[in-house]
Amino acid sequence: MTNPFVNQLLFAVVPYLAMFIFFLATILRYRLAPYSYSSLSSQFLENQRHFWALVPFHYGIVFVLTGHVVAFFLPQQILAWNSRPLRLYVLETTALVFGLLTVVGLLGAIARRLTVSKVRAVTNGFDWVVLAMLLAQVLLGVFVAIFHPWGSAWFAAAISPYLWSLVRFSPDLGYVAMLPVAVKAHIVLAYAIIGVTPFTRLVHILVVPNPYLWRRTQVVRWYRAPKEAA
Amino acid sequence: MDVRSQVAMVFHLDKCIGCHTCSIACKNIWTDRRGTEYMWWNNVETKPGTGFPTRWEDQEKYHGGWEVHDGQLQLRSTSKTKTIFNIYHNPSMPTMDDYYEPWTYDYQHLFNAPEGPDQPTARPISMVTGELIHIEAGPNWDDDLGGSPVYAENDPNLKGLSAEQRAQLSAVERLVFFYFPRICNHCLNPSCVASCPSGALYKRGEDGIVLVDQQRCRGWRMCVAACPYKKMFYNWNTGKSEKCILCYPRLETGQAPACFHSCVGRIRYLGVVLYDASRIEAVASSTDEKLVEAQRTLILDPHDPEVIAGARKNGIHESVLESAQRSPVYQFVKVWKIALPPHIEYRTMPMLFYVPPMSPVMSNQAEGTIHHNSEDLFHDIDESRVPLQFLANLFGAGHEGFVRYALRKQKAVRWYRRALTVGDVEMATAERMLREADCSPAEAEAIYRLTSLCTFDDRFVIPPMHREEAIQMLEDPLEHKQGAGFGFVSGPRRGT
Repeated sequence: MTNPFVNQLLFAVVPYLAMFIFFLATILRYRLAPYSYSSLSSQFLENQRHFWALVPFHYGIVFVLTGHVVAFFLPQQILAWNSRPLRLYVLETTALVFGLLTVVGLLGAIARRLTVSKVRAVTNGFDWVVLAMLLAQVLLGVFVAIFHPWGSAWFAAAISPYLWSLVRFSPDLGYVAMLPVAVKAHIVLAYAIIGVTPFTRLVHILVVPNPYLWRRTQVVRWYRAPKEAA
Repeated sequence: MDVRSQVAMVFHLDKCIGCHTCSIACKNIWTDRRGTEYMWWNNVETKPGTGFPTRWEDQEKYHGGWEVHDGQLQLRSTSKTKTIFNIYHNPSMPTMDDYYEPWTYDYQHLFNAPEGPDQPTARPISMVTGELIHIEAGPNWDDDLGGSPVYAENDPNLKGLSAEQRAQLSAVERLVFFYFPRICNHCLNPSCVASCPSGALYKRGEDGIVLVDQQRCRGWRMCVAACPYKKMFYNWNTGKSEKCILCYPRLETGQAPACFHSCVGRIRYLGVVLYDASRIEAVASSTDEKLVEAQRTLILDPHDPEVIAGARKNGIHESVLESAQRSPVYQFVKVWKIALPPHIEYRTMPMLFYVPPMSPVMSNQAEGTIHHNSEDLFHDIDESRVPLQFLANLFGAGHEGFVRYALRKQKAVRWYRRALTVGDVEMATAERMLREADCSPAEAEAIYRLTSLCTFDDRFVIPPMHREEAIQMLEDPLEHKQGAGFGFVSGPRRGT
């Protein structure tokens, strides 16, 4: 992957392509087929293994993803935090633990889908594509965390500037050209996942019900002009 | 005072014959699709029994409904913060095993089986996986006390009954049961709506019908846990929740809901009640013993000029007001006080009320013959075969008074009519009983008429729903014309 043309393609073209597909397709899907947005939960069909797989997976992935987003937005603060080795170790270890939690949960979820016949009955091809991509992605992530340590530091120094250069529409591949292969693969797979998201059950991430926290307890809808918004 | 209208219901249990026609009518119209086979928006349970899903009344297990905590009304199953943490796995969620795995039979085998020494059979196959299954239970496995030791004896309503009373319920020659048909109660304080993180569940302002916006439901399934009556169902195929819609497309065209229309025993009544929406929370926070009476105070007198003025101010149509004044539900619940809410202690303020059933004379077996405990034609209420405490657990939040009142009034009406038509009862005795039951002869006559001689139009006073006003100018009327049922024309297909 040192070929400059391939680099150009994967790190300067694919990200835009992925984001373009992501925004266009999610918006179209939301407007044209809102009924298809669902978590598609299978807890109703199987409860015990659902808990031991889906809870660690979700808590793990939410923590790890949040870490990536924070490092993207606040690279300087991350570097400042890491200025003392102890704090760096704490951050790296915590992230690794949550990464492993994600792997364990994901493996549990895949095993559950394979072995519980009722859950298999509601599984389609897209689900397997999503699960395979996610598994590859989190395994890569854990691999990078172990074999290319101190990611919280080099993410802030190399990846954040690269991503921001994409945001500014002037891709600067100088940051990514020298990265290890595993890291590069992790980045490209991330773009791929973003690109397929609109066509899979992953869209449920986009409809996380935040307004519930501040809305009124009861919901009343009036079909005539509402007397009051109740 | 915030006057609103609500389509409310009464089921007269003394008339239910347990034929399940209601369930079949509902199933054939609404829940014969993949993913809904296991759902029974309307079901008929035998009481005592564990019901559907199994032991749904056991809120220690299911955590349904509301509880008062430090004076605050809270959902038992979840809170706003808990919802966020439990969204990946709902700890109070029932699973298919609590209902049943729907099945069909391999009928083709009867035709395609190769020639052999045995008759081919149609073996049961799961409608979820398509695999052969071993059927262990179904939606109505305990019908007519079938399997009593497993089902009837585990009825959560037996709480507080003495060992003697429990034995009496199942003893040969003394055993008793009645039917308990259930649909969504379209509550005033619905816990399903309150628990929905997406805001997909809502109560219609004009008629109080509780619906799921299928386009907004995301399958977080908090509602399934939150409904104490377990009348929210998760469609495992489409990943959306579904529930009884009170056949609103029928109601809007002036027809009774299918389960009401098809009721063979004519036990079902439907009509509008006006209620005070501003007091719901205060009433739902009342102490257990005050709940039944407090809920009655929510329902307003449709003849009271002040209420009428309030209704007009809130835009309630004259025609709806007029049908509220003729509502059979108002008579049963508020005027006669013989219809009671089921499990009011769940504090959802259900808008489906039940007239508790009379039960046969208590009898004993002695020296090989049966003796009645009471020489009364219609026996003493406290000697009923169904212990009052059992009915009170169902319809009075554990307090016998309301049930005793309703049963005594029903009994007095029977004696009164017996005196009038058969004449083997002294009119003076009947009138004394009426007085004791807080009932005038005119009221007795009215109860008798609405119970026994009721026509279709007496039972169903369906208000004009004025749905035409919902369609604003410049909107496509054809879209609304097709918008019955789930509200959109494409089939409910599972997303990816």
